[in-house]
Amino acid sequence: MHTVFCDVAVIGAGPAGLAAAIAAKQEGAANVLLIERDTAPGGILQQCIHPGFGLQLFREELTGPEYAGRFVKEAREAGVELLSDTMVLSIGEDHILTCANPEKGLVEIHPGAIVLAMGCRERTRANIRIPGERPAGVYTAGTAQRLINRQNAMVGRRVVILGSGDIGMIMARRMTLEGAKVEAVVELLPYLAGLTRNRVQCLDDFDIPLLLSHTVTAIEGKRRVEAVRIAQVDQQRRPIPETERTIPCDTLLLSVGLIPENELTRAAGIEMDSITNGPSVDQRMETSRPGIFACGNVVHVNDLVDNVTAESRTAGACAARYALGTLPRGQALGVAHGSGVRYVCPQRLDAAAGGKAALYFRVAAPGGKTVLTARCGETILARRTVPRVSPGEMCRLDIDTAHLTAPVTVEAQEVEA
Amino acid sequence: MSKSITCTRCPMGCALTVEEAGGILAVTGNGCPQGEEYGRSEYICPVRTLTTTVLVTGGAEPLLPVRTDRPIPKAMLFDCMELVRSMSVAAPVSAGQVLLENIAGTGANLIACADR
Ligand SMILES: Cc1cc2nc3c(=O)[nH]c(=O)nc-3n(C[C@H](O)[C@H](O)[C@H](O)COP(=O)(O)OP(=O)(O)OC[C@H]3O[C@@H](n4cnc5c(N)ncnc54)[C@H](O)[C@@H]3O)c2cc1C
Ligand code: SF4
Repeated sequence: MHTVFCDVAVIGAGPAGLAAAIAAKQEGAANVLLIERDTAPGGILQQCIHPGFGLQLFREELTGPEYAGRFVKEAREAGVELLSDTMVLSIGEDHILTCANPEKGLVEIHPGAIVLAMGCRERTRANIRIPGERPAGVYTAGTAQRLINRQNAMVGRRVVILGSGDIGMIMARRMTLEGAKVEAVVELLPYLAGLTRNRVQCLDDFDIPLLLSHTVTAIEGKRRVEAVRIAQVDQQRRPIPETERTIPCDTLLLSVGLIPENELTRAAGIEMDSITNGPSVDQRMETSRPGIFACGNVVHVNDLVDNVTAESRTAGACAARYALGTLPRGQALGVAHGSGVRYVCPQRLDAAAGGKAALYFRVAAPGGKTVLTARCGETILARRTVPRVSPGEMCRLDIDTAHLTAPVTVEAQEVEA
Repeated sequence: MSKSITCTRCPMGCALTVEEAGGILAVTGNGCPQGEEYGRSEYICPVRTLTTTVLVTGGAEPLLPVRTDRPIPKAMLFDCMELVRSMSVAAPVSAGQVLLENIAGTGANLIACADR
């Protein structure tokens, strides 16, 4: 078997893995190996050809390939070694990775520290169980995006999209520009799942109807989709039969959420957060297994790539310090999601790390003017008032972790509807 | 008269109100100065950056992602798509390279977003 030694091994060359690998190099790790199963680096950004990336980091609006391109170049210049066409199969004892590569066969990698940056995959029709026929023409939105934007294959002409997540809205615009007619975007919840700006630029701009509190009740068609039936839902999210109607179409796109890609993580016995479906981490992005760090969509589904880059730099730098033996370790303090908050990442803090920590979290329900608070017992660590909140848009509070001795709680309280 | 516009300059998505009477009187609801400018421009002539793909020959992948180097009037999006669809470029191409100048008379250039 082919054996490779390195200081830091990063799994996945999306924006998370690229930023982590660069940061590990900058922190002084001599050999950094970036392992990617695809033929080229860039991850999901290669197919996200729309603008809206890097506003915070570069103060300009880039497309996905441009954003990824900058980091690919930086990684190359920093001396990160890219191992593409290589799939990591397992994480064993002593951080040993087993990988498969078409030319080298099985490869065993012995790193000093690991960064998990495998991203996420889409929920499929099987995950949400739509009744009806099983014809061709049902795609997840991300698969359609890859087919249209990378493989030059148009997926349909008359389209209904289930789910108002960002990928679904972005594909509504993309298919419209390519000459398809998008009949409707159908959302089960009473509010938008994705970013408001995407509703404006992708749906409103092209007069595409957004049907909130609606769902697809059946798919019709033997070989190819011929129509979908949709209906309004009640407060328990059950379809109301009288409201059912049929929309003729040849394609149904599903944009019904993403699931962090954590088979490797689970198999490695790393502690998981049941809400985020990702590993629980501390502010250094270290998982429950010392020396194994994680960042990006594998930890929690992010809506902004700038946040991914920021936390991935932390993960990469700390992995390098672990490999070099200079990462301090102190008492672990929990971070709890209090009232109004669905989850917080990181899930714990290491008291020895010191310095500032960014707490990323999502609120449980949409609201108007809201006070966001991070507290340690009665002591308020950070507090901010925002004009409105939505579960589709991540919130952030920065706290000082020096002198922390007790667990931290994050709360969101609406003060004005 | 007033018009509601959602600012899309950043993910905050502030709800702007543009007050008008023979000219723009005021923009309110903006979380930062950029919103005022956005409200004005969106009221007068909405513009968008067009992103799409063109066929590329001789490269490792069949498509090249492209965009306009500045926003173009929203009303011109489909005319520009028509033009881009009839194009193809030959590799090598590098990110930032101008592929078509002054696309459909908009004053914007079509540029490559990746190397091929
Ligand atoms: C359609 C869509 C639109 C978006 N729009 C925006 C936007 O407008 N603005 C914005 O800021 N953000 C946007 N985002 C969010 C942002 O792009 C993501 O948060 C970011 O790409 C996540 O990066 P990542 O590196 O964690 O994951 P990915 O980009 O998914 O990268 C993960 C990589 O890991 C590899 N991998 C997985 N498992 C293995 C394994 N076992 N072995 C080897 N390699 C492996 C995969 O092949 C992949 O290349 C969008 C996301 C999507 C999906
Ligand atoms: S007004 Fe400023 S803060 Fe609000 S969305 Fe526009 S750019 Fe963002």
